[in-house]
Amino acid sequence: MDALDRAIINRLQGGFPLCERPYAAVAEQLGSSEDEVLARVERLLRDRVLTRFGPMFHAERLGGGLSLVAMKIPPGDFERVAEIVNAMPEVAHNYAREHALNMWFVLATETPEGQREALDRIERETGFPVYAMPKIREYFVELKLHV
Amino acid sequence: MSERDRQDCLAERENGRKKEPMPSPAFPLDPLDRLIVLATQDGLPRVARPYHAIAEQVGAAPAEVMARLQRMLENGVIRRIGAVPNHYALGYKANGMTVWDVADERVDALGERVGQLESVSHCYRRPRYLPDWPYNLFAMVHGHDRAEVESKARQIEEMLGNSCQGHEILYSTRILKKTGLRII
Repeated sequence: MDALDRAIINRLQGGFPLCERPYAAVAEQLGSSEDEVLARVERLLRDRVLTRFGPMFHAERLGGGLSLVAMKIPPGDFERVAEIVNAMPEVAHNYAREHALNMWFVLATETPEGQREALDRIERETGFPVYAMPKIREYFVELKLHV
Repeated sequence: MSERDRQDCLAERENGRKKEPMPSPAFPLDPLDRLIVLATQDGLPRVARPYHAIAEQVGAAPAEVMARLQRMLENGVIRRIGAVPNHYALGYKANGMTVWDVADERVDALGERVGQLESVSHCYRRPRYLPDWPYNLFAMVHGHDRAEVESKARQIEEMLGNSCQGHEILYSTRILKKTGLRII
């Protein structure tokens, strides 16, 4: 990764322009060319340095339901439960964490009411209770992973 | 887990669920908005005129697509148009979910301040599940290693002072699944 890659990553965390040729606009700011920026973004995505590039949607304002969910799974059941949970299209991210509550995932449903149905389904299929932790409040966070 | 424990957990969960999250207004999307969301939820095309490419896909004028995206940015349906870096690939190999038991009457004021810290990438208030889970403030902290996460957590601890009754850092040990959110 060179200086231009880093500049592109920093620049793209903020607002990408809404104009006819946005890559050219970014290139101009960074002293590069449109083709170069396009090629770099493509490569950063392919190499998984960037995991996503595009509009970040606000699930609740789209009318959806969103929750962080934790589960306490005994080691012997962990892989089986992970398989069941991961197979659900409503589950976006799922992480194993070091804690008695050792499985943490994000559950996104088309409607807020859909949360309950999905949570019940997880409990039924895995045999373990869920701890649903929908946000009560979101605090303002700046984007600031400078590289 | 015994059946009794399981029932207790379920009962606590019911208690936890009674606290409804703060309502976030949902903005009605018309059919064209929905097509634009569907066309872009996997990302923007890497072509010189990406909004024109989307316009062609959804059968609308490019100016209309840009105006719709602008409106969705303004009403908060879109948080931003941009890139999500992979922390791990950038050398941030320790990912600690720091969780804090903060006095209810202070948590909102303090949560705003914690969110401003350089090291915090997400910051939310969430329900407790007593007695198992006393924590109501979540702040995601990324560091090059655990020592860095811990030193950043100490910064948060100082900021919370005696409004905080306890905290833990939950490190991720494995990504079990990672895909983008799909709402519609």
